[in-house]
Amino acid sequence: MEIERTTNNPPEAWEYSAAPERFPVSIEETNKLFIDGKFVSPKSRKWFASTNPATDEKLADIATAGGADVNAAVLAAKKALPKWSKLAGSERAKYLYRIARRIQERAREFAVLETLDGGKPIKESRDVDIPLVAQHFFYCAGWADKLEYAFPGREVQPIGVCGQIIPWNFPLMMAAWKLAPAIACGNTCVLKPAETTSLTALRLAEVLQEVELPDGVINILTGAGDTGKHLAEHKMIHKLAFTGSTNVGKMLMRNSAGTGKRLTLELGGKSANIIFADAAIDQAIEGIVSGIYFNQGHVCCAGSRLFVEEPVLEEVIHKLTRRMKSLRIGDPMDKNTDVGAINSRSQLQTIEQYIKTGVAEGGQLHEANNQQLPSRGNWCNPCFFTDIQPSHTIAREEIFGPVLSVMTFRTPEEAISRANNSPYGLAAGVWTEKGSKVFEVAKRLEAGIIWCNSYNQFDAASPFGGFKESGFGREGGMQGLKPYVKLV
Amino acid sequence: MSRLTVPKTYKLYIGGKFPRTESGRSIPIQDRRGDIAAHICHASRKDFREAVEVAAKAAPTWSGITGYLRGQILYRMAEMLEGRREEFAAAICVTSSVAIAAARKEVDASVDRLVCFAGWTDKYQQVLGCQNPVASSFYNFTIPVSQGVTCVVAPEEPSLLGLITLIAAPLCAGNTVIALGSQKHPIPTAIFGEVCQTSDVPAGVINLLTGKRADIVEQIATHRQVASVSAAGLNKKERITIEVGAAESIKRVCLSTLKDDGWYDARLCASPWAIEPFVEMKTIWHPSASH
Repeated sequence: MEIERTTNNPPEAWEYSAAPERFPVSIEETNKLFIDGKFVSPKSRKWFASTNPATDEKLADIATAGGADVNAAVLAAKKALPKWSKLAGSERAKYLYRIARRIQERAREFAVLETLDGGKPIKESRDVDIPLVAQHFFYCAGWADKLEYAFPGREVQPIGVCGQIIPWNFPLMMAAWKLAPAIACGNTCVLKPAETTSLTALRLAEVLQEVELPDGVINILTGAGDTGKHLAEHKMIHKLAFTGSTNVGKMLMRNSAGTGKRLTLELGGKSANIIFADAAIDQAIEGIVSGIYFNQGHVCCAGSRLFVEEPVLEEVIHKLTRRMKSLRIGDPMDKNTDVGAINSRSQLQTIEQYIKTGVAEGGQLHEANNQQLPSRGNWCNPCFFTDIQPSHTIAREEIFGPVLSVMTFRTPEEAISRANNSPYGLAAGVWTEKGSKVFEVAKRLEAGIIWCNSYNQFDAASPFGGFKESGFGREGGMQGLKPYVKLV
Repeated sequence: MSRLTVPKTYKLYIGGKFPRTESGRSIPIQDRRGDIAAHICHASRKDFREAVEVAAKAAPTWSGITGYLRGQILYRMAEMLEGRREEFAAAICVTSSVAIAAARKEVDASVDRLVCFAGWTDKYQQVLGCQNPVASSFYNFTIPVSQGVTCVVAPEEPSLLGLITLIAAPLCAGNTVIALGSQKHPIPTAIFGEVCQTSDVPAGVINLLTGKRADIVEQIATHRQVASVSAAGLNKKERITIEVGAAESIKRVCLSTLKDDGWYDARLCASPWAIEPFVEMKTIWHPSASH
């Protein structure tokens, strides 16, 4: 196929003036734990620093919850349970509606805080994360008094005290995904945000005070892995919900064996994005870019394995390269930024190691975008690899960064078998203009979310979660209530 | 002179065949008076692994046929079981202290259970799945799909009804099954393969083992080709073995707490919520012009 190379080529990067988001957000110097409706100093007397990954500047000190703090939070949740679980669903709903409304009213503040603390572009925190947080509470609110319609033939009861551990890639959104269905169903919660992104969860605690959520219904404990371990192993929690790496998920599963604790795990992925020759290629390019470079690739369902049908490989590489040149990398607070900072130094090192491995194993590295990266902070140029075999490390393991492996296929059969050849099964993308093909491939892919002619779409009404080693249980939608109810 | 009887040799049921255990072992089964009533196969880990092989191979076929056809096959199993009602009631009574009337009741409930699940095969999708009203220009729906291979550890009692209840749910969902029957009362399991074999069940879709739990439970838990485990009546040690082993490949584990009369309650045993642990929810997005 003849490919136009001379026309329609935009300048490599448009020169934009800086467009910083200037909404002022105050951050306390020290941030305490939220237990039983109050902010309290940690009994552990330990604190850790949270930094802005785009500048390396310290933002605040955050409390480390130790064993005694975890215990206090679990006891508070337990104490709150009888009243909360017996409250009429219609009344519980009103608290969730209030939370949703307050998040909408304070949306810009949350967006700025999320971007400062986590490094994601303000465009994403403002237009994706925070609106979805509000939607999630609003959506789940409506279920609180309608649960018997979601589970026909059964009586619905809450499970009890839920321990919830969330990651740093979508900090407040993950908090909403965990908390909203849990409290809508009458459970009480102890939530632990990731140590690099605690600030928005603590700001949510302020909202919970504002809406007068009864004390102890939601408790928020900051800290690192040890705090999570104390929470996961606490004898009084009835349910453990975790989003994070598959290895930690397996450990939690082993440690919970024989305890009777219910589990929901939303784990890693190595999702396939399949481009057929009869796809709308320009749209598919957008799907590839949003699939792997959205949120710096810190996305469990990132489309990190690209399978391109051979006849269009050259065209796809050409157009992808051109599109990547227009990506703007840098200050996450700039409203024009497409790719922000890597969330932490250690994650950056992990990604860089994978890139080195990719090269060492024979992959061809393409860094289409040669923008000058800021001198301070954690930065990684979005890139992709060609000459990749399915056996290569970067084609098998989750990188959690802006690194794409490009491979090819000749038949739908081959695309499906290569896509399914992974212990993971979180998401997949399928691009073809042929209706019967799109649904046949979607049917045969082993993944919990299939984006046809699209990628990385999220909605509170749409269940999210994976097959195989990507975990079990769903978050969002009607099916997302099931992990938080007992059917009797 | 009394006639010399022809006692039946009880065998395993793997891949649509009735092999003896590859281990060449058998276990004597005592009747309620303490006499040796029969010898059943003492299945080995290798028998189990072979069963997983054939079950995995049969999975695309079984999940690929229509729900309507799966329903007809399950219904055929009910017909065949009904026709052998007395034989199964007698089989239950060989080792168990239940009266023949109670055993007949168990067989009747087992037939009814199969009929109930036969009816669900083309309906649970409509109860468990749905279209999702997303706030963007997408057509979005969630459908339950099969998982692959499910391993069943049947309760000691009710030996037939427990087995059938636990295998019917994953079968209904399109999974293929390997079941380890009751250790104390293995004869109904051993002869149930004959029902399967005469009911158009494709080879490998149902595989039945008899033997000792302690030999096989860990293999069930850790075999990577097994997607889910359904078990009832486990002791604490067996339960921990299964839950720890399942973590290796993130298996779905469903441990039944049903007891006694609970097995006869179709609301608990044969609702869509009994099928739900054996499906994966797949959500499909496609752009549309409007919301």
